[in-house]
Amino acid sequence: MTHCAQSDTLLHPYLDGELDVVRAAEFEAHLAECAECSAALVGLDQLSRTLRTSQLHAPASASLRAKLIAQLPQEDAPPRRRFSWLWLVPVAAAAILLLAFSVYQRGTSSQIQAQLLDAHLRSLEPGHLMDVISTDQHTVKPWFDGKLDFIPPVHDFADQGFPLAGGRLDVLHGRTVAALVYTRRKHTINLFVWPEQSTLPGGDASGSSRGFNWIRWQSGDFTYYTISDTAPADLAAFMHLIEEQHQRP
Amino acid sequence: MQAHERVRFEQLVLPHLNGAANLARWLLRNPADAEDVTQEAMLRAYRFFDQFRGTDARAWLLQIVRNTCYSWLEKHRVMELRELVSEFDEAAFEHPSPNAELLAMQASDRESLSRALEALPARAREVIVLRELEECSYKEIAEITGIPMGTVMSTLSRARRRLQWILTQPEGTGTPKTR
Repeated sequence: MTHCAQSDTLLHPYLDGELDVVRAAEFEAHLAECAECSAALVGLDQLSRTLRTSQLHAPASASLRAKLIAQLPQEDAPPRRRFSWLWLVPVAAAAILLLAFSVYQRGTSSQIQAQLLDAHLRSLEPGHLMDVISTDQHTVKPWFDGKLDFIPPVHDFADQGFPLAGGRLDVLHGRTVAALVYTRRKHTINLFVWPEQSTLPGGDASGSSRGFNWIRWQSGDFTYYTISDTAPADLAAFMHLIEEQHQRP
Repeated sequence: MQAHERVRFEQLVLPHLNGAANLARWLLRNPADAEDVTQEAMLRAYRFFDQFRGTDARAWLLQIVRNTCYSWLEKHRVMELRELVSEFDEAAFEHPSPNAELLAMQASDRESLSRALEALPARAREVIVLRELEECSYKEIAEITGIPMGTVMSTLSRARRRLQWILTQPEGTGTPKTR
């Protein structure tokens, strides 16, 4: 069998999506004629797909994650300075008042925050992520019918790199909410949706805690909260996709 | 480290903890050792975080994980390392026998797939793990492993050929004892 030179130089970059459009098209033309390359491609594609779907990926255990977060040093202590503490008294009094007020204001907000993080962590336990598994928005959306007192907006963003994976019900602050599951490369994204406009103080917000990034915002009649260990920029892009859907007629 | 640096670390680096743990698992071939080394690498990354200037925090972290793994192997399993870094002889694997049936059968079993991956030399194993499990681009693989960009493709191609070869051997004969 004569050995095809193209199989050495172009087959793998083609399979891995590393060729530019022109060279990919040229190689596809070659594939149509070269039995050796097309057979090799089938084998490599099978190998690649098998590796990706075989659950060989070994993520960090929950205990490692917890141990690590506990070990990350706290922020540096401020440098010691010599000064009179007396002038601090009125400042401290004002600060305490302010703090008391903001704690009162933010009480419900941070409780929900903690619950959402818990809900996300819970969902990552084996078997807890999805009750309806489908990449089809027309399957996921009707699944919520009759299980909730509202109809959550469900869209698939596979073309934009955020494929829908499924959904489930979750309970937050005593009410049942829709939880939609998306994926971004290896990362799981939870999107919690519930109809609410006014009870969350602070409005839109984002942040990170324990290695998970989150964004909360309100749009239309719904409050959205999305959380994932994907990068903040990815999560922001995800939010914009949902917002774009809203603006469509 | 200042408070905002810690927040930045939690936002940019900590999200890649799973990738870090996965790379260590496959480089060390032992979950318990991998957990220790991942922890060490994460703390090291935290210590050097102020030196991170790039945009690809994942590649930066995985590079640290890889270096920490190799230092660990040097200290604890030096024999293994010697075998691992020697160039693998690919002549025997040039043309894997097209035993598609056997391949499909062994590849369907997570255990044999895992054994086959572990039987690969480290150089081959790391590019397979980075490409297929972490879905890194060639550029990222080059950055993480220090392999020149132009060599990533040929390394990957040899690694895949070797993996196919191992998977097409009857069970037990295709995975040379390396430990």
